[in-house]
Amino acid sequence: MYRIVKKRVLNPTVSLMEIEAPAVARKAEPGQFIILRVDEEGERIPLTIADFDREKGTVTIIYQVVGATTEKLNHKEQGGFLQDFVGPLGRATETEGLKRVAVVGGGVGTAIAYPVAKKLHDVGCHVDLIVGFRSKDLVILEEEFKAASTNLIIGTDDGSYGKKALVTDLLREQIEAGAKYDRVITIGPVIMMKFVCELTKKYDIPTVVSMNPIMIDGTGMCGGCRLSVGGETKFACVDGPEFDGHKVDFDEAMARGAMYKDFERHAYEEACNLFQQEVK
Amino acid sequence: MANMRPDKNPMPHQDPQVRACNFNEVALGYTREQAIDEAQRCLNCKHRPCVSGCPVQINIPEFIAKVAEGDFEGAYQIISRDSALPAVCGRVCPQESQCEAKCVRGIKAEPVGIGRLERFVADWHNANAAGKAVAPAPNGHKVAVIGSGPAGLTCAGDLAKKGYEVTVFEALHLAGGVLVYGIPEFRLPKSIVQKEVDTLKELGVKVETNMVIGRAITIDELKEEFGFEAVFIGSGAGLPKFMNIPGENLKGVYSANEFLTRINLMKAYKDGADTPIQHSTRVAVVGGGNVAMDAARCAKRLGAEVYIVYRRSEAELPARAEEVEHAKEEGIIFKTLTNPTEILGYHNPDDPRDPRNGSVAGIRCVEMTLGEPDASGRRRPIVKAGSEFDIELDCVIMALGTSPNPLIKSTTKGLDTEKWGGIIADENGLTSRENVYAGGDAVTGAATVILAMGAGKTAARAIDETLSK
Repeated sequence: MYRIVKKRVLNPTVSLMEIEAPAVARKAEPGQFIILRVDEEGERIPLTIADFDREKGTVTIIYQVVGATTEKLNHKEQGGFLQDFVGPLGRATETEGLKRVAVVGGGVGTAIAYPVAKKLHDVGCHVDLIVGFRSKDLVILEEEFKAASTNLIIGTDDGSYGKKALVTDLLREQIEAGAKYDRVITIGPVIMMKFVCELTKKYDIPTVVSMNPIMIDGTGMCGGCRLSVGGETKFACVDGPEFDGHKVDFDEAMARGAMYKDFERHAYEEACNLFQQEVK
Repeated sequence: MANMRPDKNPMPHQDPQVRACNFNEVALGYTREQAIDEAQRCLNCKHRPCVSGCPVQINIPEFIAKVAEGDFEGAYQIISRDSALPAVCGRVCPQESQCEAKCVRGIKAEPVGIGRLERFVADWHNANAAGKAVAPAPNGHKVAVIGSGPAGLTCAGDLAKKGYEVTVFEALHLAGGVLVYGIPEFRLPKSIVQKEVDTLKELGVKVETNMVIGRAITIDELKEEFGFEAVFIGSGAGLPKFMNIPGENLKGVYSANEFLTRINLMKAYKDGADTPIQHSTRVAVVGGGNVAMDAARCAKRLGAEVYIVYRRSEAELPARAEEVEHAKEEGIIFKTLTNPTEILGYHNPDDPRDPRNGSVAGIRCVEMTLGEPDASGRRRPIVKAGSEFDIELDCVIMALGTSPNPLIKSTTKGLDTEKWGGIIADENGLTSRENVYAGGDAVTGAATVILAMGAGKTAARAIDETLSK
């Protein structure tokens, strides 16, 4: 069992948990992920590592309530326990030799962009951190983002905070204003990553995307997380989760990601009903 | 005088039509009368050919003689001298190509049902005589075992019995390896695997689940930082193969590993399970091994019409005859001499948001004939010209075999492997790294439970010889 050391609500649907998992914290690097199970009957879900503290032996995850499992997770409180927590899995982000990078995050994906930005910033890289949210009340981790970037650019879809623009527009502005990026790293909804990659391809900027497909074991055993990269099949869990964004087949990834949509919606509704009954 | 009836006592089974709708064990096991009667068919041959057919050389005639006398616990003690997992092996060993293939009774009629007797004895022991195992006095040596499948469990058990402080590291949340994620409940009830793991714990073995060796801890760290004097790698062959044909990444295409893991480990077949699985109408399982049979029979139990698609003929099916027979009884349709060339996808030209877009709609196949034998000794399948045809279906399961996971190799310097990924180990299981041993599917590629168990035993013996010097 793995103790929840801290829980912090970041916005109405996104929360942060710091989990006591010394074996994971020991080796965790930005870009890697964990798999957790909330309880004994629970499904295994992958979540990217948002932060870690080797000395305290803790790993931070940030999740958005999107389905039955994240709903159950969200009902766990500080001091409670998670059944299973395994990692670190996948390959770490490559940060070597980068001088100027744009880290582009959208929605809850920004939480995963954070440790990558932080690491790059720590090693002296110029980091333009471009984060996008639907509206002001969904903005998360602003202080952390500021501390982990040279230049923080926030955009909202409705203009209620920062600039009224999509992250692709914000990135284009930077590029057209003369920013010379060695690399763009983008993390967020698949559709957003797809458009970021279409943009950077025009400008010929190497771009890395972090994929978060459906997974079970996370060690290369099931192949459920496979995706096409440059015409080859890759497993996100062991070959990724980061890939060359100009080679990923995003449309296929989106279709595969929706495989259990009906099941998930149904399970989510059931979980919500269950929790409502408990409240009564 | 031996019982000279020519045929084996038949194994009582759940009715095929009933069992095709449930996940309970198919074979029900001998009664004590059937077991004694079957044991009396053994001729107790002096030259004991059956023993030479057993990968771990269980003293078969001796245990069968005890069964014939009704001394079941005595029989169990004889088996357990050589086998760590009799309740498992009695169920999943390919006896027809091992011990029973050598049985003298099999020359003119049916061999003695050695596997069925082994299973009976192990189940009898578990139900009637299993006390708690007692941990022996520690001998002060620490050994790490990577993987909790049959190789790892056996190696850990043998070392623990000699007083070694053994820690088993398992990547998944549950110990048992392929015995829990791969082999279905209806062939090997998970309570039997749990019993074996519990016994190890009673012997003092620590089982650390959720530990991915190679990521969380490397083998070098196990030795240098964590004080393990020897390491046994029993990480199996978990990497699924695909055919690399068009359409393999469509929604509804599973590796057998994924399909079986969802069902067996995650219990997706149960109502209300948190883990989803596609309940298909019509399924093609590509491949002809035991894993293909398991996947097909699981899909059937989830309510689908199921095809086995295999490129050679029925005679070449690598699966055990018993599994093929069970699958047929349950209504699995065999399309042999058939090879897929493409998985066809659904696409609604009028609605790009149709949720079925990108799902499996069918499979395109060609018919095959058999030509000259190839390097494997089996006749090479050749495409029959103009034989292309489609099968309409909504799920394809690829059961083409697995290879060893490269994670340990890629994170352990100086660990030599074959080109295809198998770890190179000598006859004692010793790898190219000092005090690092390996065995089971991680070395041989996908094989059997009993061979993995044998490798675990061999390595345990070698580790003991080295560390007790």
